Amino acid sequence: MTMTFAFEIVLAVLLLAIATWSIAARHAFDAVVVFVVYGLLLAIVWVKLSAVDVALTEAAIGSGLTGALLLGAAGRLRAGGAPAAERPGAILRLGAAVLSATIAAALAAGVLFLPDPAPTLAPAVAENAAATSLGNPVTNVLIAFRAMDTMLEKVVLLLALVGVWSLAPDRLWGGRPGPRHQADPRGVLAFFARLLPPVGIVVGIYILWVGADHPGGAFQGGTILAAMWLLVMLAGLTDTPPVSRRSLRLVLIAGPAAFLIVGLGGLWLGDAFLAYPAVYAKPLILAIEFAMTLTIAVTLGLLLAGPPERAEQR
Amino acid sequence: MNAATLYGLCGAALVGLGLFGLIVHPQPLRKILAFNLLGSGVFLFFGLVARRGAAAGFGGDPVPQALVITGVVVAFSATALAVALLLRLFQATGSATLRADVPASAGTEPADS
Repeated sequence: MTMTFAFEIVLAVLLLAIATWSIAARHAFDAVVVFVVYGLLLAIVWVKLSAVDVALTEAAIGSGLTGALLLGAAGRLRAGGAPAAERPGAILRLGAAVLSATIAAALAAGVLFLPDPAPTLAPAVAENAAATSLGNPVTNVLIAFRAMDTMLEKVVLLLALVGVWSLAPDRLWGGRPGPRHQADPRGVLAFFARLLPPVGIVVGIYILWVGADHPGGAFQGGTILAAMWLLVMLAGLTDTPPVSRRSLRLVLIAGPAAFLIVGLGGLWLGDAFLAYPAVYAKPLILAIEFAMTLTIAVTLGLLLAGPPERAEQR
Repeated sequence: MNAATLYGLCGAALVGLGLFGLIVHPQPLRKILAFNLLGSGVFLFFGLVARRGAAAGFGGDPVPQALVITGVVVAFSATALAVALLLRLFQATGSATLRADVPASAGTEPADS
């Protein structure tokens, strides 16, 4: 057994132990904190699987943003008193354990008996890479070869946000999401909220730009921008925008709209929906990616901020 | 057994763990967390399939990798919506329980509808 494989085994055992802890923890707050650690470990696993793009996404969204969202919810639920303890009976727990173990065993068998040689689309991706002049195969798949998935996913993000907003009480519709955060203007949080965003914004745009040829891209860059915005809002340096603001809504639909316009243009000029004319492929893709990054950053930030909770003061 | 298969088996165990947590935890927030754990196990299968499909000079098949990136973002959207629903339930009834026999009038704020 080589040294590297020993490391893989330690990582796998650690991942499972942390996951078990997150399920078994007594309090919701502890479970969420452990879940964030789990997400970061999982990002390392993705690096070991040669999927650096996925690792970046998992660290930023799967661990970071989901962790922040669940932590905020756990904090709010705890403030209102502990929920009634309703432990399920021993028979239900035993049944659940047997069912889960059976499904896990069936899946493990599936993993061990995967077809050999493995089917792959990598040669097809490599063959057509020249059509878009993008060096990163994952970005190529996301933005060109399976652009339809990515476009619909933007719509899912938007629908989720509409769903979150629609949970606002009627009288608060159009107001500002979340509480107005207060922080000591000379404290650590306010200090970092001033120091980090200039650096974070540059890093976010760099990750977007470099995503054409290296690991990175619109999702990862957009998440970093969203994190910077959230930091400034948490430090109380700026307020969440009212959801009825027109400029905000235009930004929210910019990504899907750019995608749709380019897609319909492809139908009109080229061969098919979302077919990029070969000469303009790169500029068109960049335009879509920039619009998408802006939309992703604002949508993710607002998804974390939640439904409107304060009526807008005029 | 190589490393990719090992992580695939990890994914199978994670799906089992997540499913168990989803069933036995009474609190909705813990259910949401367990469901995310289950989802990350499913994503690891894609990681295994991608790694096995390494060809043409790539470390893995980029198509399943791109699908996982889309999947992570969609999972986050669903989680955000679920958390918003949960917090609204808590706001409206004053308790975050899925039990049907809890009176809904104990809330701190009346429903607006």
